[in-house]
Amino acid sequence: MFKKILIANRGEIAVRVIRACHEMGIAAVAVYSDVDRASLHVRKADEAYPIGAPAASESYLNITKILDVAARSGADAIHPGYGFLSENAKFARACDDAGVTFIGPTAAAMDAMGSKTRARQAMARVGVPFVPGTSRGLESFEQAEEVAARIGYPVMLKAAAGGGGKGMRLVHAPEDLKSSLEGARSEAERSFGDSEVYIEKAIINPRHIEMQVLADEHGNTVYLGERECSLQRRHQKVVEEAPSPIVDPDMRKRMGEVAVRVAQAAGYTNAGTVEFLVDQQKNFYFLEMNTRLQVEHPVTEVITGLDLVHLQIRIAAGEKLPFTQDQVMIRGHAIECRIYAEDPDDNYFPSPGKITLLLLPSGPGIRRDSGMYEGWTVPMDYDPLLAKLIGYGTDRDQAISRLTRALNEYFVGGIKTNISLFRRILSDPDFRAAKMDTGFLDRLLKQQRPETAADPKATEVAVIAAGIFAVLGAAAAGAGERPVATDSANSKPTVASNWKIAARNEATR
Amino acid sequence: MTYDIAIDGKSYRLDLNRTDGRWSCRVDGREVEVDAVLARPDVLSLRIGNQAYEVKCERVAGDMHLWVGSARFAAEVRDPRSLRGRARAVDGHGPRKLTAPMPGKIVRLLVSEGVEVEAGAGVLVVEAMKMQNELKSPKKGTIRKILVSEGAAVNAGDVLAIVE
Repeated sequence: MFKKILIANRGEIAVRVIRACHEMGIAAVAVYSDVDRASLHVRKADEAYPIGAPAASESYLNITKILDVAARSGADAIHPGYGFLSENAKFARACDDAGVTFIGPTAAAMDAMGSKTRARQAMARVGVPFVPGTSRGLESFEQAEEVAARIGYPVMLKAAAGGGGKGMRLVHAPEDLKSSLEGARSEAERSFGDSEVYIEKAIINPRHIEMQVLADEHGNTVYLGERECSLQRRHQKVVEEAPSPIVDPDMRKRMGEVAVRVAQAAGYTNAGTVEFLVDQQKNFYFLEMNTRLQVEHPVTEVITGLDLVHLQIRIAAGEKLPFTQDQVMIRGHAIECRIYAEDPDDNYFPSPGKITLLLLPSGPGIRRDSGMYEGWTVPMDYDPLLAKLIGYGTDRDQAISRLTRALNEYFVGGIKTNISLFRRILSDPDFRAAKMDTGFLDRLLKQQRPETAADPKATEVAVIAAGIFAVLGAAAAGAGERPVATDSANSKPTVASNWKIAARNEATR
Repeated sequence: MTYDIAIDGKSYRLDLNRTDGRWSCRVDGREVEVDAVLARPDVLSLRIGNQAYEVKCERVAGDMHLWVGSARFAAEVRDPRSLRGRARAVDGHGPRKLTAPMPGKIVRLLVSEGVEVEAGAGVLVVEAMKMQNELKSPKKGTIRKILVSEGAAVNAGDVLAIVE
């Protein structure tokens, strides 16, 4: 087993991995950029090394600097977390060359999955289902007609060179095919200088469901059940749950076996995730494989009772999977909320800054993976994910009610967070009925939020509390702005003079 | 002690006195039974009658917000005897500051000093967490001063420009 692991990441995932190291008796080495000296992962680590400027390219993405720290600290393995270098085959190769174990798949497996066309060919050979259609450009209208009739309407025409919705046409009926094809072609020609267009079955209101896999270096590959990640905003996952409310044991088995075939076809080792698009008839289609630990891995951990980071480390150290597929059991239900530093009232604009007050939820069925603490200033340089709140219970309803209760206990002051968004989602009748698809959240956010008139009782409470805080003065103030009054913070609350209050009000204006 | 307390812009008169740890309280002249314990800095456990509330206080850049459950209220406490407190209540006149709502970097100035702007017109662009946000003029008037330059790093609450 490794003696020392370097964590090439920051934030909640670095803390998560450091914890696993300590649980396994392994020393943890943190790296940090100039703005992360005070970050939680540095506080939790056994050793910490500065790696330069805030820009990720100068620090967390800088392979040379990270390998230099590995050499200086004597780390025998590197955990990349997610994001940053986690899916960088060049980095995995550089670790190999430097004689440090990369905790993750091999560079070759990453390469195989990185190229969409190569991945598709390899997958097609082992019978992995894709969204039906042509993967090459259409040669004629007749061919388009023939393919569309075979796969069934509605169909989607897509520019081969496309992106950003340009050169895309949704076709509901055969009589619209000709004009749509012409339109897509000319738009593709104008936008990309390439009129090649291919055709795919249009999946209306799909769900995004992914399968966790784990493979050791001795040829054993298992699946650990699915996660439903249909709640996304601008293709960013917001809420994930396991198991998926629409997947039954038979479907789980079929999806799981496909996921295992995908992993095996790529010679995959360590933890990975196979993403599927699922249509309304519960047909599933391969999307891509994520060759890393996912942000949402805790929901799988909770319902399987397994620790994925422990297992990643054991696999990387050459151990065999300590269980077989038959021994993987799913129990209960778990839902994760991604707490972001962003302002729900200002178009989810990022909201870095100092956390002046932090009240944490706890109690039954709650897990919190966090990278923040009270008094810490959230830097503006990175992804705004602060923490993940996971609620679990015997069934989905209990998981939702525990999560709702915990969200009401959770308070992050000083910066804006999206906590209120989760209250809205969790109380939505369609969410409660598990009627979800990838367009759910965009539709919910377009709805006018029901105008709730301020509760007069709560308003009165606010009036009284404002007055009491004014009387108590500086002694009642937390990690936020210190009023410039002369009362020292540790003096007993005293009735401040009106002059002082006036001065304070002036000073904070 | 008497305060004028504005909650989300609406003003209330609060009479608040404490003797021997007991509060006596009137809201707009109406007596309210209040028992308060400061649970920790910025967190107040309130009993109003027998109803229990946990109230959180958020202080950012001179602004105070109070959270009662999941409802957030902007609070402003004024001493009615303070003249300047009263002056503050008059809106729309005199110079207004444009402050940074978050720490970030100034990526672009959209106007220069002396330019006339409408209320809501973009003044400058701040970048934080890889997103750009246009900050708008709080009123119609003239850009009296711009206190930052492109590329400058700013903190929440920093005054960026003054519109008069």
